[in-house]
Amino acid sequence: MIRFEHVTKTFGNGKRVLDDVSFEIAKGEIFTIVGPSGTGKSVTLKHMIRLLTPTSGRVTVGGECVSEATGKALSRIRSRFGYLFQSGALLAWMDVADNVALPLREKTNLTEGEIARRVDAALDAVGLAGEGASMPSDLSGGMQKRAGLARAIVTEPEIVLYDEPTSGLDPVTSRRIDELVSDLSSRLGITSVVVTHDLHSALSISDRIAMLGGGKVLAIEPPASFIRSTIPQARAFLDAQYVTRRGAWEKTTEE
Amino acid sequence: MTTIREPLSRPEPRNALQRLGRGFADFIAEVGFASTICFSAIGCFRYAFAPRARAEIVRQLHVCAVKSLPVVSVVAFFIGMILALQIGIELRTYNQEALTGSAVMASMLREMGPFMAGLVLAASVGAAMAAQIGTMAVNEEIAALEILDIDPVRFLVMPRMAALVVAVPMMSFYTCALGVLGGAVVSHTQLAVPWATYFQNAMDFAGEKALWVGLFKAFLFGFVIATVSCHRGFRTEHGAVGVGRATRESVVTNFLLILVVGYFVTRLFY
Repeated sequence: MIRFEHVTKTFGNGKRVLDDVSFEIAKGEIFTIVGPSGTGKSVTLKHMIRLLTPTSGRVTVGGECVSEATGKALSRIRSRFGYLFQSGALLAWMDVADNVALPLREKTNLTEGEIARRVDAALDAVGLAGEGASMPSDLSGGMQKRAGLARAIVTEPEIVLYDEPTSGLDPVTSRRIDELVSDLSSRLGITSVVVTHDLHSALSISDRIAMLGGGKVLAIEPPASFIRSTIPQARAFLDAQYVTRRGAWEKTTEE
Repeated sequence: MTTIREPLSRPEPRNALQRLGRGFADFIAEVGFASTICFSAIGCFRYAFAPRARAEIVRQLHVCAVKSLPVVSVVAFFIGMILALQIGIELRTYNQEALTGSAVMASMLREMGPFMAGLVLAASVGAAMAAQIGTMAVNEEIAALEILDIDPVRFLVMPRMAALVVAVPMMSFYTCALGVLGGAVVSHTQLAVPWATYFQNAMDFAGEKALWVGLFKAFLFGFVIATVSCHRGFRTEHGAVGVGRATRESVVTNFLLILVVGYFVTRLFY
């Protein structure tokens, strides 16, 4: 579904953020990217939708090369995606319902009644039922993020990209978001790519986990084998969140 | 069109000449980007009558015209008063103070009306536009629009440009009218010119050409303010500091371009 082929990304200061990154994500898969801050997780995500272009290599989505797409081809590819930004990225002058309805109003011919029904369903799914009339500035950071998630899924896209979906959320809401990601994938066959630091979330929902470090993919493994990883960077990351080789949340690094 | 610029990967310039060349190349690139925004927004005017776009244009028009009315009123009235006082005092030395109305009318219609309306709207509305779009850029709201496949130029620039190209000429005409009125008050109270004489002389000098050229200037200022303000907004980076910089740069650039465009239009018609 999504394929990275030897992608390298260098920024203006000469810093190589991605270094010959290659992997493939299957249709309907929940693929999680973890790694320390500044290792290029969000940069990887932004390449999938061409908010960034590789310095070398290419990214394809469903066989179409997104790295070279422009105009209508890029529009067609982007219409297959939903994207949850770290901050939610809601338009400040619109209320929550109008923000969630925005892609439906702008890109579909649905009636206002149908739009309202789908907006209510999306807000309900993220636990924001009844908050449609609130302005983004009246919501907490976590609620803004959930409203952003509602906007990302309201068009029922084929692929949803989640940039830190649970950061800043309380544990109960985090697990609710995890369940929503799983549910969207199993019920609608949505392909999900999740960037997170939350290993509990990653281990709970992922089909595969990719560990990034120093701009390279250090490991791509299912959760069961990822927690037994012996790669030093992955082990340090797991140990830092009290994940042992037996499982998560046993607060010891003794083996 | 895309409004997001990727950080460029290029080596640092090694000497002053390279820095100069880089600066010039960047300047040309930014002029090209601003021109693209302007012409793309003009191309999007065909969507201006869609219900949601129309509502947004009316909202922007309210911001540009109605909310700017108090400051434009004060500026216009005092500009008229200052003009009348300065010109009237000079004319009185030749016993020609009755002609103050003619001079105030000519100055306001040809230059001061569109110029002052342009400057006030650039400082108030243009700065607010740059700050708003700049904040959207640093909060990734512009990126969100692009991912939703909503053209930021059609969605954000077109309504603002449509509102400004209507509002600046309207404000220019209003500035002229109020300026002439301000001049009348000073002429009557300070220079003892009868009301009727002042207005008779003013209307004798209210040439049709001066009126239309003034409105044409104001119309162009509308394009300039919308383009510059939105361009600086889209180019904002580095958080709150960047928003402040974008706002300042939009005001400075607008002021300079209003002066330059004003001169060349005057040169073209007179």
